Amino acid sequence: MSAVPVPAIRHEVPIIHIRPSRGWASLRLDEVWAYRELLYFLIWRDVKLRYKQTALGAAWAILQPLMTMVVFTIFFGRLANIGSDGLPYPVFSYAGLLAWTFFADGLNKSSQSLVASSNLVRKIYFPRLVIPGASVFSGLVDFGVAFVFLFGLMAFYRIPPTISVFAFPLFLLLLVCLTLGVGLWLSALNVEYRDIRYVVPFFVQLWLFVTPVIYPASKVSAKLAEMGLPAWIYGLNPMAGVVEGFRWSLLGRGPRPGSMLLVSALVAMTLLITGAFYFRRMERTFADVV
Amino acid sequence: MSAGAIRARDLGKEYRIGSRRANYKTIRETVVDLAAAPYRRMMRRGKGASSDDKVWALKDVSFDVNAGEVVGVIGRNGAGKSTLLKILSRITEPTTGFAEIHGRVGSLLEVGTGFHEELTGRENLFLNGAILGMKRAEILRKFDEIVAFAEIDRFIDTPVKHYSTGMYLRLAFSVAAHLEPEILLVDEVLAVGDVTFQKKCLGKMEDVAKLGRTVLLVSHNMAAVRSLCTRGLVLDAGGLAVSGDIGSCVETYFKMIGAFQESPDPGIDRSGSAGFEKVTIFGKTSNAANTIQQSEPCEVSTVFRVARETSGFQLVCIVEDMQGRVVFRISHDSQSLGLSLESSQEYELRLGFPPLWLNAGLYSLHFRAFIWGDRSSPRYDSDKVPLDVAGGHSEVDSILHPEASWMMAPLRESAVQ
Repeated sequence: MSAVPVPAIRHEVPIIHIRPSRGWASLRLDEVWAYRELLYFLIWRDVKLRYKQTALGAAWAILQPLMTMVVFTIFFGRLANIGSDGLPYPVFSYAGLLAWTFFADGLNKSSQSLVASSNLVRKIYFPRLVIPGASVFSGLVDFGVAFVFLFGLMAFYRIPPTISVFAFPLFLLLLVCLTLGVGLWLSALNVEYRDIRYVVPFFVQLWLFVTPVIYPASKVSAKLAEMGLPAWIYGLNPMAGVVEGFRWSLLGRGPRPGSMLLVSALVAMTLLITGAFYFRRMERTFADVV
Repeated sequence: MSAGAIRARDLGKEYRIGSRRANYKTIRETVVDLAAAPYRRMMRRGKGASSDDKVWALKDVSFDVNAGEVVGVIGRNGAGKSTLLKILSRITEPTTGFAEIHGRVGSLLEVGTGFHEELTGRENLFLNGAILGMKRAEILRKFDEIVAFAEIDRFIDTPVKHYSTGMYLRLAFSVAAHLEPEILLVDEVLAVGDVTFQKKCLGKMEDVAKLGRTVLLVSHNMAAVRSLCTRGLVLDAGGLAVSGDIGSCVETYFKMIGAFQESPDPGIDRSGSAGFEKVTIFGKTSNAANTIQQSEPCEVSTVFRVARETSGFQLVCIVEDMQGRVVFRISHDSQSLGLSLESSQEYELRLGFPPLWLNAGLYSLHFRAFIWGDRSSPRYDSDKVPLDVAGGHSEVDSILHPEASWMMAPLRESAVQ
């Protein structure tokens, strides 16, 4: 009737219900999505601070795996002659270290992240998943820098990438999911049990020894076959599947990871899902405890 | 339109305290606990749950806030104000009860949350905005406004570690002040910065209130609370003591903290022999006791009783502000009143005041008497009564707010035709 249209700007007013929650809470991933800009800003802050506060800045991203590679090459490659599936040992170990450095840094940072951000947790509401998430994702920048260096190394040793390089994003995704999964467990546990801070470096070191970074997985599977065990058992260490997948997809040589990779992927996904639920369950007391 | 904005019912929050168990546990403790759990459960069965190391920071708090209301939450330290705000802003979960909030919530429990020393003002502005829940586009849109409000334009690209405390706080508050949620929860932020900036913040808060947004404000600055809020919630020991109009809430609070407490000095009840009775203050136009307009004359009255033989006494009238500063102290002696003194005499005492031009707010008034001729020259204090001054309100810290007639004229004829 009226000639003037009534503007319907009045958007839906959200209703927030506050009540004590019991048992296992839902993940509320929609809320995490709504706070994606905060996630972005926290990643950006981590990266910025890392490059601002250190004299060498981006060089650290390469130096850390590079120096480890040099030490590994001298001691394990040359002196102990461990073997590298026919690849030059430096490239072999660097490809593994690329994944490992991201994983180890991600665990170290995310396990401390909630306690380090206690001022945020105590004063502002947002999905807490964002905090360990940002610590893990910010490692991707360092990873990117170190990744470019791998191509230089491959060019130097004349190892051309093959068609399998297209599978690489899948392995990277697996690595990120795994790091996030373990990171969620550790960060939530660290709020409740401060021992975790001392446990994590030790735990990461042990994990390195059971992961085929220094030695090829083929050696382990050969031994497993001798003992009459299937090769996929090694995949129960999800990093084994990731590292082998990295080598296969990037360097184009070595055995294609099959059943072992599948098991690793299953373990990684289990860790991520249980980690996310455990985190959500503990989340409600973070502000009181942290 | 007065739709409900916040509905809270029986909100309670229990915290675990005590030295037996720290807030966070170590794995060893958990293992020991697990091992001891069946035994402990057995022990408890008879006695019921032990509550020796638990404390209710908030208990059975129910209230409603309508949209557009500005509500002051007041109470002593540890009364549960911050806990209430934390529950409403979803930082922590209530142990009991529930609350319903209609609209987006912005909470400001601290200014500068997430600020990092190494980052520049610009970087911190974006980061802090995101932490407070602003979208990137929104921050970009308001960027200039925020920087201008904070008055730090020249230093926007300097790391904040080089900022003065004032600059730091101005930037922090400025970001927060530009939040635009429907419901704003604010804790004590007005306590920061210098007086000029505080005033600016108060102005900003007033604007927010005028825009029809709902505000819940926790503050110890009663002058600010009174000038900003329409309603109040007084919390005491975790419970809701009073809720209602802000004037009576502030008065309750002051009574609670002892601002009007009965004087510890010998008063009327000292053997009933000497002292003051109830003190009342009336403005010339107002009809409520103890409430006056700042521009009107008022009269203070009481009854004073002298018991013993005395050659005279001195009467003192003292007005203090809520920080305990003496606004004025005037005295008069019995000789100049021309009284013929007898023993056991009751006198009616009246003091007429011209317009006092006190800054709007709450003050306290009491009498004091010194009796002469006695060895010890005893002192009698009346109870402190509230003096509620209504009218214009100026800067947070000033005592007077006189009305002036401003005139201005050019000294010479202007050269322009």
